[in-house]
Amino acid sequence: MNFGPQHPAAHGVLRLVLELDGEVVMRADPHVGLLHRATEKLAESKPYNQSIGYMDRLDYVSMMSNEHAYVLAIEKLLGMEPPLRAQYIRVMFDEITRLLNHVFWIGAHALDIGAMTVFLYAFREREDLFDIYEAATGARMHATYYRPGGVYRDLPDSMPQYLPSRLRSAEDLERLNANRQGSLLDFIWDFTERFPKHVDEYETLLTNNRIWKQRTVGIGVVSPERALQLGFTGPMLRGSGVEWDLRKKQPYEVYDRLEFDIPVGVNGDCYDRYLVRVEEMRQANKIIRQCVEWLRRNPGPVMTDDHKVAPPRREEMKADMEALIHHFKLFTEGYCIPAGEAYAAIEHPKGEFGVYLISDGANKPYRVKLRSAGFAHLAAMDEMARGHMIADVVAIIGTMDIVFGEIDR
Amino acid sequence: MTDSIQDLADHARELFGGAITDVRESAGQLTLELRRDDILPVCTRLRDDSAFAFAQLMDLCGVDYLDYGKESPAGSRSGPRFAVVYHLLSLKHNRRIRLRAWLDEEMPLIASVTHIWNSANWYEREAFDLFGIVFEGHPDLRRILTDYGFVGHPFRKDFPLIGQVEMRYDPEKQRVVYQPVSIEPRVLVPRVIREEGFAKE
Repeated sequence: MNFGPQHPAAHGVLRLVLELDGEVVMRADPHVGLLHRATEKLAESKPYNQSIGYMDRLDYVSMMSNEHAYVLAIEKLLGMEPPLRAQYIRVMFDEITRLLNHVFWIGAHALDIGAMTVFLYAFREREDLFDIYEAATGARMHATYYRPGGVYRDLPDSMPQYLPSRLRSAEDLERLNANRQGSLLDFIWDFTERFPKHVDEYETLLTNNRIWKQRTVGIGVVSPERALQLGFTGPMLRGSGVEWDLRKKQPYEVYDRLEFDIPVGVNGDCYDRYLVRVEEMRQANKIIRQCVEWLRRNPGPVMTDDHKVAPPRREEMKADMEALIHHFKLFTEGYCIPAGEAYAAIEHPKGEFGVYLISDGANKPYRVKLRSAGFAHLAAMDEMARGHMIADVVAIIGTMDIVFGEIDR
Repeated sequence: MTDSIQDLADHARELFGGAITDVRESAGQLTLELRRDDILPVCTRLRDDSAFAFAQLMDLCGVDYLDYGKESPAGSRSGPRFAVVYHLLSLKHNRRIRLRAWLDEEMPLIASVTHIWNSANWYEREAFDLFGIVFEGHPDLRRILTDYGFVGHPFRKDFPLIGQVEMRYDPEKQRVVYQPVSIEPRVLVPRVIREEGFAKE
């Protein structure tokens, strides 16, 4: 049977060829690549900074995390470290991105296996998260915010507000703008105050829901040994009971200064992975709060002052010849990275997202390899789906948290 | 090299001897270059030996070194054209390692590690699809990312970025047809290599 590529539960463009015996799946053969854009080859033809925008478009529900891995790989080769404030901003946005991803995942996963309401609830919170993205970067999804050496700009002091219009009454306007009076950090803080309650709402709808449990408990069970063999990472690995999180084990940026816990599953089925992700949302919320507190207390630069990599400020450029030269060089030629290779991995919402960068000393990468978590997860589709019913295939696709942008690249 | 990397490298040298042709370190990460024929025993050892315990294959990719360093004063490098690069992760020791095996251009062939790490299955298919590297002993070596009936290996350096063919709808035949690309390749920013210390005081 042909499942997709235009099936709403296929999460994009998955063509899944299922061999069935009645309702039971005997073999599953995913055909991927319908969204293949050759990002890696495109990156080889552009100066380093011009590919940051492509990274957003890989996993298009966790945009900034992808950028982060790419930027980290460049920084590793250059041997530079961004200012501390930039690191906190990155961590904060990584966790906001994790929320974006998990909130979207819980909505889509629930919708796939028969719970409509969660989707609507989830998108209510996503709206606020997109507003945070927009206020900081100017874009609601594809932010292109991280740069080698820091982030593009500092967080704004004011939050954009809703404007009066014929469609909104004065009371509505006041209500909508109530938490937008202060800075972006105030808005984020207000969001983190509300968010645990929203997670409770999702849990009320799902955690003890009989239908939800019937659809997820005991479905797609993966033992820890198999999870390692199959290259699982992130919630898929932790759901099987392996305690492994790069934020704890190989901390990057400032994760070693923050306090948070790593949830681990027991049975390795869809339900455990659901619980792991829900708890991750709560932990991410905790991390964001710590970052907001730190960022409020510690103003400072968010970009390195090495103008071989980061452009000088506009005002400087008008007066200083050297700054002008730097600016011209950066925007016509880019910067060269010493020959070498580096692999930078981060704990992406879906698992380990790695960027393997080979430089031959030029202003463009020689080879970029993107290691996406979803690719390894989907490769296990056959093993996980075998022996289950067709309807369970949908639950398994959902629990893998598949996004084709990163699988096909 | 830092201590733990040094230890790892020494231990690997001792154990594998001639199988390792080179040990390199870049950005704090260790790379072992292996003889192509020894990939299977070395990988099995790396997984099972408790001093290594690389239980996970994180990534496997092909690399085409055809144009490597072409713009540099020294010119292109000589040597084998293709390489397969493995990234391993040990959860037990919290450590990563990179393996590289060089393959020649005429017959880019290497043994498959699918039965050592099952996750290699799709990665090897990908490397086969994009670079034309053949993995011997792979259970199901089909194309994975490119279109059904695609010709060529698109990530090779001699494959043009704009591709060879384009698709359009032919109203007469009433179906989609392939034809040679009608666009011209162009380079917006030329590739340059600046020597170390360029424009530094």
